[in-house]
Amino acid sequence: MNAIDLKTGETATISVVNNGKFQRKLIEMGCFEGNLIKKLYHSPLGDPIAFDINGYILGLRKEEAQLIQVVPF
Amino acid sequence: MNQHDRHIVLIGNPNAGKTTLFNSLTGLSQKTSNLPGTTIEEKNGYFEHNAYRYKVTDLPGTYSIYPNSEDERIAIQYTLKHLKSSIDYIVYVADASNLQRNLLLFSQIADLKIPIILALNMMDIAQEKGITFQVEQLSKELGVFVVPIQAKNNKGIKILLEKIEKPIQALQTDFYKNHEMIPYFELVQKRTEIKSQNEEFIQKEISTETASRYTQINEILKLSVIKESKNTKTRTQKIDELLLHPIYGFLTFFTALFIIFQLVFKIAETPTEWIDSLFSYLSQKSSEILPSGVLNNLISEGILPGIGGIVVFLPQIILLFTFLSFLEESGYMTRVSFITDRLMRKFGLNGKSIVPLVGGMACAIPSIMACRNIENQKDRLITILVTPLMSCSARLPVYTLLISLLATNDSAFLDIRGFIMLGMYILGFLASIGFALLFKWILKQKEKSFFILEMPDYRLPRLKNILIIIKNKTFDFVFNAGKIILLISIALWFLASYGPKSEFKNIELKYANYTFKDKELKIKSEKLEASYAGILGKTIEPIIKPLGYDWKIGIALITSFAAREVFTGTIATIYSVNYADEEGEEKQELLKILKSQKRVDNGQPVYSIATILSLLIFYAFAMQCMSTLAITYRETKKIKWPIIQFLYMSGFAYLMSFLTYQILS
Repeated sequence: MNAIDLKTGETATISVVNNGKFQRKLIEMGCFEGNLIKKLYHSPLGDPIAFDINGYILGLRKEEAQLIQVVPF
Repeated sequence: MNQHDRHIVLIGNPNAGKTTLFNSLTGLSQKTSNLPGTTIEEKNGYFEHNAYRYKVTDLPGTYSIYPNSEDERIAIQYTLKHLKSSIDYIVYVADASNLQRNLLLFSQIADLKIPIILALNMMDIAQEKGITFQVEQLSKELGVFVVPIQAKNNKGIKILLEKIEKPIQALQTDFYKNHEMIPYFELVQKRTEIKSQNEEFIQKEISTETASRYTQINEILKLSVIKESKNTKTRTQKIDELLLHPIYGFLTFFTALFIIFQLVFKIAETPTEWIDSLFSYLSQKSSEILPSGVLNNLISEGILPGIGGIVVFLPQIILLFTFLSFLEESGYMTRVSFITDRLMRKFGLNGKSIVPLVGGMACAIPSIMACRNIENQKDRLITILVTPLMSCSARLPVYTLLISLLATNDSAFLDIRGFIMLGMYILGFLASIGFALLFKWILKQKEKSFFILEMPDYRLPRLKNILIIIKNKTFDFVFNAGKIILLISIALWFLASYGPKSEFKNIELKYANYTFKDKELKIKSEKLEASYAGILGKTIEPIIKPLGYDWKIGIALITSFAAREVFTGTIATIYSVNYADEEGEEKQELLKILKSQKRVDNGQPVYSIATILSLLIFYAFAMQCMSTLAITYRETKKIKWPIIQFLYMSGFAYLMSFLTYQILS
């Protein structure tokens, strides 16, 4: 499953970030294998979505967030 | 002034409090200057400590040594370029409450083998979040000095200064053992400077390097940082739940906008009037005191009104920047981008574009400057191009005059004029998003648009930071944009006050023996007709005739190209009426005179409904602001963008006015 599939408030471990244009940027922003991710809230129009990445808030568009594969606790 | 013994560069992630540290080290001694060939500012400041004079450079915040945006590219290029020559130390500013991600860039910079010290900023917030540090241990693991600080209230700064007084050694071992047998410095250069066909391969390599650095960072953090796991919501998350709420979120946003606009207009009104009357007083005095002649006219009719035309913008600019920087510093601006991104994306814009567009309703000049924080170059360019379509405050006096010609208030309850005015603002907004959509299709996409946005914790803005931002932006406007506005005002003064010599003399002679009321005004108006501006007006008459305008309106159009609000003054001069906003009687008189103007060819009124609407449309869309063009040039560094901006806006204005007039008449 990917980060979008998480329920609001659910925490997971990142397993892999898929190849693609944003892979490097996402890893640099802390979305690397083994790090913690928690889905916080959607923007009022559903997209983008805010995540807690091991202690700070990161806003991502859906097309970026779905590259992040996660394993829930 | 610029001599210094030691050069310190501040590096760190955005939102790590770098600028707060910079401000508390250097105070008001700082100067901003554009790095050559870019719009990115190099901020330098100076301070003295124990007989040494330090130069401090604040670079744009960066997440990685491999840049993702233009800002980051500049920061990294600066560091790499000055690494061996002028930089003595790097003070790496890290957000202690989010050390994991903040250490990525630290480890990369440290691997450049440059003397570096780690300043752990925002210790109070880290403590609130239940994070405790074993500073000694962390320092040992990282191999550099670590100093906990709170830049916002100067805590720890003294210890930091003590540490940088003594020579600092560069890191001895590598964080990242790269397997290519070249120094990391060269590896970074190779990966960032050469645009190779292996782009994808390089990106992959960088991803691998980054992941491996994070593994190491986690090892170090495990040994030296204790994080209490708290499962409660942070204060920021609680505020976010309200401000990002589907209903309350938008409600808060629009209320904030409404209040800011009311305040900007209300508060700026009085000082703007003061400045206006101060400069007309100065012009009048100087024309009385100085010996009459060209110099007198140049100063009292060209230079002084020109400077006045710059200074008169200041109250609005200062207020707008005060509110915008307050929103920015508090962390709310990223939330506005977050809630509007979905809408803006549809039009080739970005969540971050909303800020300049809203500001464009006050003035396009500071708003275009505010586009700097849009990372994606295409999104930024489109925002710059369409922002001037928003109806700015300079259009207000023009709209007011024209709408008064169009309609009188008959109803006691609803003022029809208010609705037409609102319509003009809506028209401006629709045009700007429409053109954004068009540019989205036309402009070739180099960088893929993205929205990966850190949403920092809410914090109370530091007054000192806001004051310094306002000071810097104001100086920037006065000295950079101001120069150009002044030059153009002088050129327009020349065009409007001079003409072919013989004709000018004849006017003076014609009235030399008469005395009657308003003689001066009559002469002034005939001189304007004979001036180069008047000749230009008559020259362009064939072009503007299909829009329903005569040569007199033509002169007003030409002078309006310095600034739109010149329109009312020019029209008044042409019809030789003293037009003053404050005095209702004279305004009535101008309206009466305008309404009574008849066409030479068919005797129909000049100011028919078709002509007035056509003029309204023209002023809504046409690019008639030299200052905005100058700013667009300065921000894009390419002459082609202000030219395109001028052509598309004015072309569209012409087309729409043409259609309006032809259909209605």
